[in-house]
Amino acid sequence: MTTSSSPATAQGSGELMRIEGLQAGYGPVTVLWGVDLVVREGQITALIGSNGAGKSTLMRTISGLIPTRAGRLLWQGREIQHSTPAQVLGMGIAHVPEGRRLFSAMTVEDNLIMGAYLRSGNRAQLARDLERVYEIFPKLAERRTQAAGTMSGGEQQMCAIGRGLMSAPRLLMIDELSLGLSPLLVEQLVEALISLNREGLSILVVEQDVVAALEVSSQAFVMDMGRVVQHGPSDQLLADPAVRRAYLGALAD
Amino acid sequence: MAELMRLDAVSRRFGGLQALDRVTLDIGRGEILGLIGPNGAGKTTLVNVVTGVHRATGGRIHFEGRDITSFKPYQAARAGIARTFQVVQPFPELTVHENVTAAAMFSSGKGGLREARAFAAEQLEFVGLSATADQPAATLTLAMRKRLELAKALAMRPRLLFLDEVNAGLNSAEVEQAMGLINQIAGTGVTIVLIEHLMKVVLSVCSRIVVLHNGALIADGPPSSIVSDPHVVEAYLGKKYAQMAAQAAGNP
Repeated sequence: MTTSSSPATAQGSGELMRIEGLQAGYGPVTVLWGVDLVVREGQITALIGSNGAGKSTLMRTISGLIPTRAGRLLWQGREIQHSTPAQVLGMGIAHVPEGRRLFSAMTVEDNLIMGAYLRSGNRAQLARDLERVYEIFPKLAERRTQAAGTMSGGEQQMCAIGRGLMSAPRLLMIDELSLGLSPLLVEQLVEALISLNREGLSILVVEQDVVAALEVSSQAFVMDMGRVVQHGPSDQLLADPAVRRAYLGALAD
Repeated sequence: MAELMRLDAVSRRFGGLQALDRVTLDIGRGEILGLIGPNGAGKTTLVNVVTGVHRATGGRIHFEGRDITSFKPYQAARAGIARTFQVVQPFPELTVHENVTAAAMFSSGKGGLREARAFAAEQLEFVGLSATADQPAATLTLAMRKRLELAKALAMRPRLLFLDEVNAGLNSAEVEQAMGLINQIAGTGVTIVLIEHLMKVVLSVCSRIVVLHNGALIADGPPSSIVSDPHVVEAYLGKKYAQMAAQAAGNP
């Protein structure tokens, strides 16, 4: 997309986002009990853990969809925990939510363009980004005039990711990357994300296929019961017997 | 293997889109049949046509020797065909137990509420949801909602059960539990058609796999021949996964 790709950012050592003691929840229920996490610039960071651990809630809190109750959210050093969803998007954090959440009566192309609603001016750049999304997901180009709600689940997932990319984000957060996608599509999608990452896009991904998540990422955070219980380089976590036992099961062997 | 269901050249058209294109398929009594294919291939449409949600625009469907081609969904359900939904839709305000009781009441026509409640409780016990029986369904996590979906389908006392991506969104450990449940259900004599993208699951649970692509069946056979079929690799698996799957099929 239009992310800058100077060698320094592509190397990716600087902190892009830092989360300290973050607490959040729904009504009387507390889901996040003090999350600490760092996303580094130019990296793919994976968020793993069982269902109900708080991964989606963390993404929703970062996006400003649910309020922060305590703790800090630092974006390039600046506190943003009280920002609105639109402000968060405007800073360059795009969220591809679980369940896709497309505008189902609108066409695929209109959904994609909606992703860019905060971007001002430069129609030519917008058109180029749209073409880039169609390049990554040729299926979306075929279906550009079709109502998004009439597509298969996998096609909707592509559209949701494409919409996220249309905001030209610095950080793309994807909740449940491979949900409902065929093995071939997952492979293509992962390749697309790796190539976007090489151009400088930072990615935070929630993925149930823990092996795939750890293989594609450089850092990973393991969540359980609303806290980060383990983190480190992905290859180390992949080799960790405790992680394998808890999240991979016998299928991994 | 005795035949439970037979599809003869079943087609379904939506406007200009041929969603199912003369699908001919036998489902044997007691088998666990894998139904795979790319996104948009028509897998869910096939389930919708068999269960009467959409009517076939061509071809015939027989179940236990009866022609059920023009059955409505409730008729298909009462004939013994149950299915789960990809996007789970419980009654959110009803408790978990009430959701399953509703299914049990609907299916049998025999007995009363008391029997239905008891039968529903058995299904919840079976899928491991007893502890949450009295909670509103809306409070369940995704993994639990998938199991509720399964309990609802089982409460229909099916002889043929379509499982539409019951493992999507579950992590590897949860998937393993779900696979155990599927094997146990098959053990009680229920025939299962499993729609699934997780090839680990398909390869370890299914005895036979059929592949749908652009609405037509392109392959039908044992897992080992499916994962090495070049058309399937090209349309669905991708080269990287085909290698992994071939290895997995080699040493189950």
